[in-house]
Parts: sequence; structure tokens; C-alpha cells
Amino acid sequence: MSGLNETILTWILLVPLIGAVVIAMLPDRGKLPAWLALVTALVSFGLTLHLPAHFIVGQPGFQCEINKPWIENPAIFYHVGVDGLSLWMVVLTGLLAPIGVLASWNAIEERRKIFYSLFLVQQTAMFGVFVSLDLMVYYGFWELSLVPMAILIAMYGRKDGVKAAIKFFIFTFVPSAPLLVAIIWLYIRTGTFNFNELQMLVASGSIPADALFWTALAFLFAFAVKVPVFPLHGWLADAFSEAPVAMAMVIAGKLGLYSMLRFHVGLFPVQARAIAPLLVTLTVIGVLYGACVALVQRDFWRLIAFATLSHFSLTTLGIYGLNLTGRDGAIYQTLNDGVIEGALFVLLGVLDTRYRTSQIASFGGAAARLPRTAAFFVITMLAMAGLPMLNGFVGEFLILSSTFTHVGKGWAIAATFTIILGAAYALWLVQRLFYGPESQMTASIPAPDLRINEWVALVPLAALMLGMGVVPSLWMPSIERSAIGPQIKQAADSPRGLSATQQETAR
Amino acid sequence: MNSTDSLRILPEIVLTITGVLLMLVDASLPPGFTRRWLGWIGAIGATLALWASLWQLNLGTGTAFFGSVETSPFTVFFHVLICGIVLVAILIALDSLPDTSHHQGEYFALIVFGAVGMCLLTSAVELLVVFIALEISSISTYILAGYRKHSAQGPESAIKYFLLGSFATGFLLYGIALIFGATGTTQIYEVAQRVGGVQNHSLVVMALMLMMVGMLFKVSAAPFHLWTPDVYEGAPSPVVALLSTAPKTAVFALLLRVTYEMLPGLRPLWGPLLWAVAVGSMTIGNLAALRQQNVKRMLAYSSIAHAGYLLAAFAGLGPNGIAAAAFYTAAYAAMNVGIFAVVTVTSGYDDHLPLIRDFRGLIYRSPLLGILLIFFLISLVGIPFTGGFFGKFYAFSAAVGGGAIALAIIGLLNSGIAAAYYLRLAFAAAQHPPDGEGSAQTTLPQLGVAVGAALLFTTVATLYLGIYPNPFLRAAEMAAHTLQIPAAEAPVSATSQDQISQPQQPRP
Repeated sequence: MSGLNETILTWILLVPLIGAVVIAMLPDRGKLPAWLALVTALVSFGLTLHLPAHFIVGQPGFQCEINKPWIENPAIFYHVGVDGLSLWMVVLTGLLAPIGVLASWNAIEERRKIFYSLFLVQQTAMFGVFVSLDLMVYYGFWELSLVPMAILIAMYGRKDGVKAAIKFFIFTFVPSAPLLVAIIWLYIRTGTFNFNELQMLVASGSIPADALFWTALAFLFAFAVKVPVFPLHGWLADAFSEAPVAMAMVIAGKLGLYSMLRFHVGLFPVQARAIAPLLVTLTVIGVLYGACVALVQRDFWRLIAFATLSHFSLTTLGIYGLNLTGRDGAIYQTLNDGVIEGALFVLLGVLDTRYRTSQIASFGGAAARLPRTAAFFVITMLAMAGLPMLNGFVGEFLILSSTFTHVGKGWAIAATFTIILGAAYALWLVQRLFYGPESQMTASIPAPDLRINEWVALVPLAALMLGMGVVPSLWMPSIERSAIGPQIKQAADSPRGLSATQQETAR
Repeated sequence: MNSTDSLRILPEIVLTITGVLLMLVDASLPPGFTRRWLGWIGAIGATLALWASLWQLNLGTGTAFFGSVETSPFTVFFHVLICGIVLVAILIALDSLPDTSHHQGEYFALIVFGAVGMCLLTSAVELLVVFIALEISSISTYILAGYRKHSAQGPESAIKYFLLGSFATGFLLYGIALIFGATGTTQIYEVAQRVGGVQNHSLVVMALMLMMVGMLFKVSAAPFHLWTPDVYEGAPSPVVALLSTAPKTAVFALLLRVTYEMLPGLRPLWGPLLWAVAVGSMTIGNLAALRQQNVKRMLAYSSIAHAGYLLAAFAGLGPNGIAAAAFYTAAYAAMNVGIFAVVTVTSGYDDHLPLIRDFRGLIYRSPLLGILLIFFLISLVGIPFTGGFFGKFYAFSAAVGGGAIALAIIGLLNSGIAAAYYLRLAFAAAQHPPDGEGSAQTTLPQLGVAVGAALLFTTVATLYLGIYPNPFLRAAEMAAHTLQIPAAEAPVSATSQDQISQPQQPRP
């Protein structure tokens, strides 16, 4: 199996792409593209499972690393690898692929070929973001991840997909222009895009600090929009209400949060510390603002969008508390949110396709007709609200307790209101959708309960919610070990010394 | 003159013979006979010329005809590019020219003759040959622009292009005359040597300015861009595919020669000038494109913006800047010809679907065309893994390397603006077609072999330049290094960083 270890990441990146090409080549007949996509997604999920099975917990640095020259000038390397931070992100992305396919099984009726091809391209782009260790390759996948998403929002938007797609694209594309300038600038200064080397060079103080401040800010800005952090969340609600279910479940959160951990806090620790107070303030505002706005939404997609804003703000708070507990909590919470959002979007997709509306007021008493949907919905909502024994609790607890001890009691107390507010909007949503007297709409439209594909998609997610809540020890060790600082050993071994890079700078 | 002299213009000879052959065959066929297949002769001629250019690498760098024509990796690079564009343009036209057109033979002959001029333009190192080459290419393109003579816009387009274009050529000729007056020669290398010892320096400065006007007009850089949208709108799409790429490529090669090779000592003058033109072009082009409803006008403004991005590479020093500019022309050519191929197939030779909203639902009517349209637009936006990304990347890296960080930032912010209008078209194509309005007002024609090959060629080229640009970049760098950089460049480049940011009068 050691042979596979050396190429596994390449296969993880290639399999969805191959699937996409095959789907694009074959005719668009019936459910053929969906079946092919399901097979591809399962294969790629299987490949991602290879990683935790062969991941050596406690070994510092990156594993399954591949570092091959790709482009000569500038010196871009195909450099990929995983550590405890990216490991579970990759697995989560792999898991959500078959779930996304199953959730789209009946929802996507036209142009299945294009949908599933782009869906799989998106999958490659996300894997790429999580495993790249070369800044240019990372940037490439980061930008690529916008494209299929935006096209699919435009194609399958419920009301005004084009507007939401342009908003989404511009919001995330424009901040990546400073990001690119910052990456080029770093390259011109240091002569490398290699993450490990850059981490060393930045830590050794060979780059002037005032310039690094702007560089770090450019990185942070791009990531903060993608998460999104409080004042930059303008695209989120529209994207949520327009995006097809399978895309909406991956649109926000993990890409940005992971990038913050790896390329902002990980690459510029000093600059991150300088800006942390601002982010703590913004995220606490975001936590409360998102929760309060979620309470008054009339449309369940928008409600979930603001609830998501609140949740991701809390996760960001964990990151910028800049301590190990908070960081572990944030990573864990990112995974939790991935699972919870996955289930939530499948369920809301069920309601939206059955009743063709997302207005909460039209619903009522749906539990009588859709008992299984209701059951899953309640579990998901409880996990989201942070009920002990479900996964949301573990992450939130870690983040809040670390904020309390390391950041400030006031901030922690303010952020803790999210638990109360979160329970309020989550349970109220359950009540309005599924209980109470039957509304005219639920009474008049005969809606079938969960179909087999939806059921298959939801059961593993529900099991995970419970599992991640009861035995976090299965996941935590590999996450915790990743929190060790710069990989000093690797950078020292690297062939390119400081003098060589300075020569390149002069040239 | 000896026998190898003619080998040094072999691609031009091949193209000329092809053109003449096309004219003769066209004239000798009976009137009712279909002339569509003549395009294949043109395509074969362009392919042969492409091979001939590559073969010229064996000749090594050198000049012919008493130092008026040069072959070097630089000329080969641009020859290959131009022949490639011409080949694809012919393939697009092959399937889209209407059967009723009586002038199909001439059409292909004109394209090929235009190619002769463009190729010659890149290899000429004698300013008078430059002028002749420019005229050969211009006159063919003037006629091609007005090819739809039965619609009102066709002649309008041609006349506008002709009047303004001849003015611009006039400026160029004036500049050449002044160069001759100042230095007593029109051979580019000799000019480069003598220009340092010229008595009347202002004459050279004036000459540079006048030549700049002519060249910037041809590449449709602001403020000489006003003709572009009208001409593109009036000309048939397959012609625009050629018009927006090949002549520009040739003139950019000339611009590189004039700036980096002939007058490198005047860098403190042309550096800031091109900086300003670059910023002006991208900003004006992008802002104007935002408001367009007509696809071809939008793409016209987009080509103005791209001229600006390309000029940003001129802020780069020495070979870096040249290589970046050369690479950009290639990347831009691939994606722009590609998108016009899609526009041609979708909206036809007669432009029956001119507006952005007419493209709505394209992906539902024809998934292949829709995806390709989006792909080329994404490349124009500059998303990674497409040629457009690396083009922009190298251009702005060269600018940053030359000390023009502000230019790079303005350029990248401009790509943000540009994303808005490219995506408007891309998402219109992705959108569900309007109900009721008869989504299939016009059924799309079946993709022909020729245009299919053109699409394949441009798609592969765009992807290839975006995923594995090494070989092409190496060729561009080789080309850059063979542009002789006279010794005068060295002291200038050492101090040019300050001079770029604060323009100052050159010291005689």
C-alpha cells in the first residue's frame, strides 16, 4: 500500500475530473450521468478514506507529500500533501460528494450531464484547495472553485440565479486580486511559492514586517469574504437561496476557514496576532447579528444563510483566539458544520422540491405527512443548536471555553448568547415547518416522504452527528497533533538556501 | 542577394503563392460553381507556412535582402502565431460563409494576402519594409471588414476602418521619415546604433511619438480605440476573429521591436507613455464594455482592455517584458479567436443574434457551444488553468518586476470589473431559456468539420497554455532573447525603476 501513499493525492484530484470528462463524453440519457457521478463520487470518497487509514498520527509535517516541478518560470511546483488540518477536510469533501449526488437525484431534471460534470469539477477544485502546498497551485484551485459553482447557480437558480451568481462571483473574485498580487510579491521577494519554505522565511524575519502586514491583510481579506466574516457576507443569502442543494452545502465555510488556518494564521502568525482583536470583535458581532437576523427571516434558505453566518463567525472566533484549544475546536467545528449543513440542505431541498416554496409561513404541520423528514430535521437542528451528545456541542464548547480563558470573558459571554439564540431560531423553525396546525398548502399538496436516495444520504450524516458528538476522541488526536508550529525540520532540509533566494530576488 | 535570402522569407512566399493560386482558381471556375472548398486550399497554405516558419529555425538568426528582413526565434514565434490564427480564421469562415456569397474565393485570398503582410511585418527590420508590410495587411483587412456589403453596417465599418486606419499609417510614415531625417537610415539596427549620437534629439522623440500613434491605433489602445466597436460590429464575425488578433499580434511585434530594439535608450520616454496608455486602455475598455448590450461591441471593448493588459508587460525590463508580451499575444489570440468562433456559429455570418440577451439559454440549446462560450469567457476573465490566467500573470509579474506595482494593482482591479461583463454573457448563456418567447427561435446549425476543428484547436490551445505553459513560455523567452538589446539598454535599465514612476525628459 505504500505505493498508493505516494500517488493517493493525485488520484483524489484526478478521479472526479476523469468522471467529469466521461460524463461529458457520454450521451445525456435518463439517469446515466447521475449514476456515473454517484460511482465517481463513491470512488473518490473511498480514496479519501485511504488517508486517515494510513495517516501516521504524531508525525510532524505533511504526509503523502508530492513535490514535482510543474512550471519553470515562475517556479511552480505540483506540491500537495496533507496534515491533521487538511486530512479531515479532504474526507469531509469526499463524503459530501455522494450525498450531493443523491440530493440532486430527482431535483435536477434538465441538463444532467452539465450539472454532474461541473459538480465533479467543483469537487476536484475543493480537494485541490485542501491539499495544495504551493501558493500558486492553491490559488489556481481557489479560483477554479468559483467557476462551476457560479455557473450552476446561474443555471439552476430558483428565481434570479444570474444575479446571485454574479454577486457570488464578484464578491469572491475581486478580493482574490489583492491575494494574487500578494502571492506574486512574496514570490518576487523570496523566489518560492513553497508553503514550508515561505513559512520558514516569514518566521525568520527576512521579509520586512510592514510589507508583510499588507501581504497578510490581502490574504485575510480574500478568505474573510469566502467564509464569510461579518461585514462581507452580502453574497451569502442570495447564493443560498439560489444554489442547487448539492452546491449550497459546500459553498460557504470550510474553504475559507481552512485557508485562514493554513495560509493566514499558519503563514503569518505575527500579523495574525496583530489583527486578531479586530477579527474577534467582528466575529462576535457576526455571531450575534447572524443569529438575530436569522430569527426574523421569512424564507428558510435565508434563515439558514444567517444561521450559517452566525456559526461560521463562531468558528472564526475560535481561530483568532489564537490558542490551541480554540484552534482544535474551530477545526472540529468546521467539520461539524460541514456535516450539519449537508443534512440540512438535503432536508430543505426535500421541502423545496415537494412544495415549490421556501416561505416558512406557508408551511405548518408537515410532520404528519413527512414524519421521517421531520425526524431527521429535528436531529439536525438539535445538532446545530449545540445539544450535548451531538456534534455541534463539542466544537462550540471548545471554542467558547478557550475564548473565555484566553481572549476575554466579555467576548465569551457575548458569544455564548449564540447558544440561546441558536436554539431559538432552530427550534422555532422546526415548530413552524413541521408542527402546529396543518397549513392550507401542506394539506392540499400531497407530498411523498423521504425517497430512498434521500434516506441513504441522510442516515450516514445523522450517524456522524451522533458519533462525532459522543466519541470526538476518534478525530481529535490527529487534529491536535497538527497544531505543532512550523515544520522546522523540513525547511532546513530543503535544498534552496536563503542566499539562493536572495540572488533570485536581485535578478 | 543569394539563395538563402529567399529561404528567409519562405513563409511569406508560401502564403503569396497560396493567395495567387486562390485568385486564379477562383477566376477560372465557372460562375455557378461552389467555391467553398477553396478555403481548404487557404488552410493548407497557412499550415504549410506554419511549418515553413518552424523550419526557419534551422537557418539560425540572420538577415536577408541587405538587412531588411530577419529570421530569428522572435520572428518564428510570431509567424507561427499569425499562421495559426489565420488557419483557424479560415476554418471558421469555411463553414459560416453563406452559400449565396459570390466572393468566397476572394475572401480566402484576402485573408491569405493579409497574412503575408502580417508575417512580413514581424520579420522586417527595415522601416520601409515595415510600412509596406503594414499596408499589405491593412488593405486586406479594410476590404474584409466591409464584406457584408448588403447590410448598412458593412460598408460603414470598412470606410471607418479605412479612413482612420490610413490616417494612422500616415502618422507611422511621418515617424519613419523623421527617423530617416535624424539618423540617415531606416534600418532598425543602424538606427539603434546611431540614435545615441544624433544632434537633434527632439527629432527622434517626435518620430517615436508619431510612430507610436500609428502602432497604438492598430492595436486599438486608448485613446486611439474609437474605431474598434463600430468596425467589429459591422464586420462579419469570422473576420473579426482574425481582425481582433492577427494584425494586433503583428503590430505588437513591431512595437516590441521599435521600443526594445530600436529605441531602448528612450525608455524614460516610452515607458511612462505606455504605462499611461495601458492604464487608459484597460480602464476605458472595461468601463465601456460594462454598458454594452451587443456581444460584438462588448468583445470589441474587451479587446481594448486586453491591449491595455498587454501593454502592462512593456513596463517589464528587457527579456522579461518581451517574453510576457509575446506570451500574452498567444494566450489572447487563442481565447479570442475561440470566442469569436463560438459567436460565429451561434449568431451566424449575418449576426441574427446580436445581443447578450439573445444568447440566453444557449447552454440548453446547445450544451457544447454553451460550455465553450463560458470556457472562453472564463479564460478572458483570467481564471487559473486557462491561457488567459498565465497571460495576465506574466504580464503583471513583468510589470511588478519592472517596479510598476501600481500598474499591476490597477490591472488586477480592472480584471474584477471585466469579470462583471464577461459573466453577464456567460451566465446569460447558462440561464434557463425564457419560456413562451419561443426559446428555439432559431435552431442552431449543425457544427461543421472545419469550425469543429477550429473550436477544438482554440480550446486545446487555451487549456494547454493554462495548464502546461512551459514549452510556449520557453519559446517566448527564446524569442525575447534574440531581440537584440543594444548596449544602451544596460545603464537605462539600472535606473529605470525610478524613471518609470516619475517621468522626466531624456537627456540628449
